[in-house]
Amino acid sequence: MAYIDVEEGVPGIRSLFQFSPETGNPLCQLAEVLLRGNSPLRSAERELIAAYVSNRNGCMFCMNSHAAAARCWYGKEKQIVDELLHEKNARLLSEKMKALLLIAGKVQVSGKSVTPDDIEYARKAGANDADIHDTVLIAASFSMFNRYVDGLSAYTPSGEAVYEEMGKRMCEKGYHI
Amino acid sequence: MAYIDLQNDLPGIRGPMIYRPETGAILNELAEILLHDENNTLSRGDREMIGAYVSSENDCFFCQHVHGAMAQHYYGSDMHFIDSIKKDFQRADISEKLKSLLSIAGSVQKGGKQVRPEQIEAAKNLGASDREIHDTVLIAAAFCMFNRYVDGLNTWAPEDRQVYVDRAPMRARDGYSQAGLVK
Repeated sequence: MAYIDVEEGVPGIRSLFQFSPETGNPLCQLAEVLLRGNSPLRSAERELIAAYVSNRNGCMFCMNSHAAAARCWYGKEKQIVDELLHEKNARLLSEKMKALLLIAGKVQVSGKSVTPDDIEYARKAGANDADIHDTVLIAASFSMFNRYVDGLSAYTPSGEAVYEEMGKRMCEKGYHI
Repeated sequence: MAYIDLQNDLPGIRGPMIYRPETGAILNELAEILLHDENNTLSRGDREMIGAYVSSENDCFFCQHVHGAMAQHYYGSDMHFIDSIKKDFQRADISEKLKSLLSIAGSVQKGGKQVRPEQIEAAKNLGASDREIHDTVLIAAAFCMFNRYVDGLNTWAPEDRQVYVDRAPMRARDGYSQAGLVK
């Protein structure tokens, strides 16, 4: 049960948005811009970064929902998502995405963990400033979202079907309160 | 030097906020609601202190001194008092309720799952409302984002702590809505 009095049965961050729409509004906007707005990175790739960071933080709600959104965006290539998250296998990813995921993983640990070598590696693999910026901010924002959900012990549903449905909605309709 | 060309020379989070105004405006709005909005039973000083404490635990120089200076301004205290809270809040001269909230914030900094039911119980027994616990967790979580954004891009920060103290009254007056988006 959640640590605060939110509506029972409402999953994860949605119950927190209901509890506090004032903050839910900018948080939704942030997810919308970062994951679906203008970026040199595809939405599939951005959702994958979000799921990857959430997985490292052990936040099952965010990991499952964003993995499902990533699968929806990747379509026929969706095995990329499960191979990365469950088998730690990145063979289907571009060198650029591998380098960006390395940066995201560093950001998950702490901002200061990112080194000039990590950035250099990403540039050599074809990443530009906007790719690097968006990767860092997506990884940083999921370091927030994950803590918000688990720090208040928000309800985490189980079962793949729930998340598949959720991911489809996130992919098709986006993030709105 | 920042890892990417931010096309401006502003310090800390202000650099990437101007570089990417679409997200900068949203981050400012979040900071405004969490830290500056008057419609909150936690004082502005306590909310800024939670941000400063988490930033200190994350070793983010820019954020801990911006928000430490803000707390100092609202408290009408000196820098030493703020440092004493960051160093060991359990022994600092603050309320037991604020100690219980800082304890929750410290756990959030380590990871969302680190927050224990006993910590929530203790805060509630000391008079913390659900809303106050919610805001404490979200402020702490938000600073885990801000700190990573600032340091993950290797932005620069003024070394002289007095710079942060001198800017605090202006920020307290104007709030965060336009902060950083105006050069």
